[in-house]
Amino acid sequence: MNSTETQIENKLLTIDEARAAVQATSATAVAERQYTLIAQDDVATGKGINSFLALSRERALAQAARIDELTAQGKPLPPLAGVPIGIKDVLAMTGSPATAGSLILKGYMPPYDATAVAKLEAAGAVLLGKLNCDEFAMGSSNENSAYGPVRNPRALDRVPGGSSGGSAAAVAAGFAAATLGTDTGGSIRQPAAFCGVVGVLPTYGRVSRYGLIAFASSLDRVGPFTANVKDAATLLGVLAGKDPLDATSSDRPVDDYVGALAKPVEGLRIGVPEEYFGEGLDPEIRAAVERVIAGLKDAGCTIVPVRLPHTAYAIPTYYVIATAEASSNLSRFDGVRFGLRAPEGKTLSGMYRKTRDEGFGAEVKRRILLGTYALSAGYYDAYYRKAQQVRTLLTRDFLTAFESCDAIVGPMTPTPPFKIGEKTDDPVSMYLADIYSVAASLAGICGMSVPCGETAGKLPIGVQIMARHFDEATMLRVGLAVEKMQANS
Amino acid sequence: MSDAGTVTLEDVRRVAELANLELTPEEEPRMQRDLNAILGHIAQLNQLATDDVPAMAQVGDVLATGHAEETGEDLRVDAVRPSVDRRAVMSSAPETDGRFFKVPKVIER
Repeated sequence: MNSTETQIENKLLTIDEARAAVQATSATAVAERQYTLIAQDDVATGKGINSFLALSRERALAQAARIDELTAQGKPLPPLAGVPIGIKDVLAMTGSPATAGSLILKGYMPPYDATAVAKLEAAGAVLLGKLNCDEFAMGSSNENSAYGPVRNPRALDRVPGGSSGGSAAAVAAGFAAATLGTDTGGSIRQPAAFCGVVGVLPTYGRVSRYGLIAFASSLDRVGPFTANVKDAATLLGVLAGKDPLDATSSDRPVDDYVGALAKPVEGLRIGVPEEYFGEGLDPEIRAAVERVIAGLKDAGCTIVPVRLPHTAYAIPTYYVIATAEASSNLSRFDGVRFGLRAPEGKTLSGMYRKTRDEGFGAEVKRRILLGTYALSAGYYDAYYRKAQQVRTLLTRDFLTAFESCDAIVGPMTPTPPFKIGEKTDDPVSMYLADIYSVAASLAGICGMSVPCGETAGKLPIGVQIMARHFDEATMLRVGLAVEKMQANS
Repeated sequence: MSDAGTVTLEDVRRVAELANLELTPEEEPRMQRDLNAILGHIAQLNQLATDDVPAMAQVGDVLATGHAEETGEDLRVDAVRPSVDRRAVMSSAPETDGRFFKVPKVIER
């Protein structure tokens, strides 16, 4: 195979480029162009990325027409006017099905918009459709979708990462200028690294979760995928803020993220955690991240060794807490109010069991069973309470580290994107793909993945940047410095 | 149930019943194998002494100032607000009479 057969041509689309195209032609023409690209490269035949599960053409073209009308009237345009954006299929969006990648919600049409979706549209975005994902956002490879795996546009035989694999792939393939994903244990940052795009995990509470189909409520976060860091700052500025419909959203003032990018990184203290560079880290990824650290030093940052001593316990802690919360959240899928109902259930409990048996895939069942076991009588203290205590220790690790640094830099993933099918038979091996991402999820801090080179085999590498709670501005500044290094290398 | 960390087939069936899941005879041993592998990995948490460590259910637990918790300032006003449209909700239900969700008899388990 030559390179054109094994990967989609890199056609990253920035917000500035999308807006320029809207000005040069029209929002309608830009939307139509994106749909043509999707028809060409995303459908299951041909190269078949399989990132979109549903296209919201009617809604998108109506919004594009509104933008074109504003332009014709010479009225000021909102910040995302005509910018084509895709939405992960765990977020509610009226007029389109919300399946969460599951058969149990096949065809379900939510009667309201998620706050993040409404905010994007209010900012002028054209919402192209709903994006494939691991079932109920459970997975690290996007192979758990009931609607087929997503392929990595940068290497079609590889996974795009999960669970927001469709969202990462759609940006990497140029189908959308930006997308929304959700991150519970790494599901934005890890696929961003695998697909060579920017992915942001905002601080817990920074972006409303209203309208998100919940997986693990104390961990779930909504965030953007974009072609570059400036676009991530723009999207985050649109999405962030208190929402009366989400009691866990924060009322802390939202920083001017794009404005913050003008500040140089000189003088920032960059923490480098020893625990993130141990056994199991791919040597090419280690070298790429070390180049980033050296580049930040050259840019005037002070490099500070920091310790995150409980890092090794993050994965087991995560799998107790996330599955316990999932077992509770997913109890609402019972065939009564929405989605699938198995026809042969004669009694209420029989209907519940048949519906859930038919509707849930193996990974979801595995996690519900694990969570139910961890919460069951006699095991609560041994598993759930213990994990909550270790979560405190992991959070304290970060709070202590941030006393001596302003941002932490390390690898995003232990390996480059792996081959489709390579890890599906070994859940523990698959769970370890999130080894560098889950600690930030448990601690509630912000994090992002920024492309920082590629392997000799041309597979993308991402570097992870983490910052204090609600200090996305500093994190994005460091991200921009990394991006500039890549452009200059 | 068995000791923590060793899941028997009986445990798998019992937990599946608690979770309203019906597993096939082929699924049961696979789930037993997977749960034991994952719980084996989770067992490393026991290496940590956590007797004096408070449990953290939400990150807000460590970030809270305490002020709002004492004053109740963060609670929303107890007022009637518009809700989602009933017809739209019912239109997504598997079985409904237009006003209520219909389910099989509930007096028999």
